Amino acid sequence: MSELKNLTANYDEPNLHTMEVYERLGGYRSARKAVLDMPQEEVLSQLEASGLRGRGGAGFSMAKKAGFMPEGTMEKYLCCNADESEPGAFKDRVLMQRNPHQLIEGCIIGAIAAGATRAFIFIRGEYETQAKILDAAVIEAYEKGYLGVGIFGSQTVLELVVHRGQGAYICGEESALLDGLEGNRGNPRLKPPFPANQGLYQGPTLINNVETLCNAPAIIEHGPEWFAAMGVDKSTGTKMVSVSGNVQRPGNFEVELGIPVREIIYGLAGGPPEGRDLKCFFPGGSSAPVLTKEHLDLPFTYEAMAEAGSMLGTASIIVVDDSQPIVPLALNLAGFYRHESCGKCVPCREGTVWTVRMLERIDEGDATPMDLEIMAEVQTNIIGNCLCVLGDSMAMPIGSMIKHFRQEFEEHIEAARAARDREHIPAFSAGELAAAVEAGPA
Amino acid sequence: MPLGWDEPVDLERDPAPVPDPAEVEVPDALRASISAAMQRYPERRSAVLPALAAAQKVHGWCSPEAIHQVAAVMQVTPAYLSSVATFYDMLRTEPLGERYVYVCTSVACHLLNARAVYEAIAEEARDQELEGVEVRNFECLGACDMAPMASIDGRYVGPLSEDDAHELVAALKEGREVLPGRGLPDEGFELPWAQHGPQSPIPTHEGPQSPIPEGEAP
Repeated sequence: MSELKNLTANYDEPNLHTMEVYERLGGYRSARKAVLDMPQEEVLSQLEASGLRGRGGAGFSMAKKAGFMPEGTMEKYLCCNADESEPGAFKDRVLMQRNPHQLIEGCIIGAIAAGATRAFIFIRGEYETQAKILDAAVIEAYEKGYLGVGIFGSQTVLELVVHRGQGAYICGEESALLDGLEGNRGNPRLKPPFPANQGLYQGPTLINNVETLCNAPAIIEHGPEWFAAMGVDKSTGTKMVSVSGNVQRPGNFEVELGIPVREIIYGLAGGPPEGRDLKCFFPGGSSAPVLTKEHLDLPFTYEAMAEAGSMLGTASIIVVDDSQPIVPLALNLAGFYRHESCGKCVPCREGTVWTVRMLERIDEGDATPMDLEIMAEVQTNIIGNCLCVLGDSMAMPIGSMIKHFRQEFEEHIEAARAARDREHIPAFSAGELAAAVEAGPA
Repeated sequence: MPLGWDEPVDLERDPAPVPDPAEVEVPDALRASISAAMQRYPERRSAVLPALAAAQKVHGWCSPEAIHQVAAVMQVTPAYLSSVATFYDMLRTEPLGERYVYVCTSVACHLLNARAVYEAIAEEARDQELEGVEVRNFECLGACDMAPMASIDGRYVGPLSEDDAHELVAALKEGREVLPGRGLPDEGFELPWAQHGPQSPIPTHEGPQSPIPEGEAP
């Protein structure tokens, strides 16, 4: 098994990002069909039958989420979450840069499924290049009449705005994204009400990841059976996998769900550098608990990763090789979440700060093995106690590192203490010591 | 320390009101760009992020003057705008420079020596007395395939090493293109490992095999 190209099928085509090339390759046929020939229920049922699950991390069924949108004539919204900020994830960047029209077409189909008349693409501000490409593609789509009033010559209205974030990881959380879009600080909201009932501007809102929406055109074109035939079980279709860290060929690979993890890390990404061995890997971005060598032969599916105690998440595999000490890695990870915690919920705001401080103590030789217990307890006090899962996203991988590498943590504590003691307690030679004893107290 | 959380509040002073648009001078281009942004959304407040970003482009940072101008055009209070400006990393609440170098130091880059790369760039910037450029470490920029990397005014360059620091800073200082050919949108840009030959064989598992859950094997 190797790569299976579906989303990335036409990536070798020059100028794929232009309307002309995209349409020549069959682009916008699905959107036209969905707008002109398919009632909303049929679009929904096709998405449902395909088994497409959200590609942003949670893995929730896209059709089910769209199905939560209430009926009625109020204004409804579609938000595309392009605030890809998870360490290790860079798939949406490529999808938008190489094939922006695929995303716009996906947005049109998503808007039909949700009954939305306004769509927003919330792209992170750091993706300046990609935002410019999207802007140009949106203008092309407006000129063609695929966006705006009466799209494809129908009565349907769809306005699309590309909204740039300004650098906040938390805006990838769906309710914080809505706050960022409304022009506020990105603070997650209390749920319920869920965005499908009360989201953007208090209206019903469907929020989907870039990759989820990019899958929609092919599902409408080839039918749900075609999509469901790929992958295994409840993990249907193909998935963009971003592999990074200590591998020889980091990059994005599109694979069929169910491919063994070993094939991705060693086959596609070339494995750890020459002479080094795999220590652990994050299967789904930095928020996913780490897995070790014994998990390499598991199939890469939502279910198998969950069963192994981790998650598929954004399918961003970060490989750590055996030359990497675990404590600085944990410290870097905790530091990220400390920086990105929005500060709304106490367990996350304080828990991330304390975890960083305790890891620093370990590194500086001020800790005892008991601190590991306290640190593990701090993690359990964060999990499930906040409005969003940012705190959990630190607590789970840190907890898993302590679980898998407790011995290394303990050795690090001892070594750092010994090093500190050597620095602070002057060493005496045996002769000097004897002389000092002889002299008695000063 | 950024303005905001750690600034003592003068409780005696009345909060700044929404500025009178007739009394505030706003550069025409900035006013036009904020007005256009407001028209794109059903609610004008949604334009806060694009408006602050536009003002930052003009003033170099979200200065009190910049915030005042945005407040006048958008008809919101300056306090509301500073609350937003202090939240987002890309909005500067101090005059740090009009251009930026964000060096990614998150997990994937960290595994590939990013800290040393960042420190080398920061040191070069001090040594060469680079001015008008904000050099800082940044959380994951979404380019782990080219790690360790940096964003220079939105152009991603990588993979970097400590040896690139001198040239990177010198190019910024002289206004040249930074590391041409090594940026993400550059013509013909390819990662060094893109042309690797046949894939290496996959090593088989040593030690006890973990069972693949039944019915889930591909």
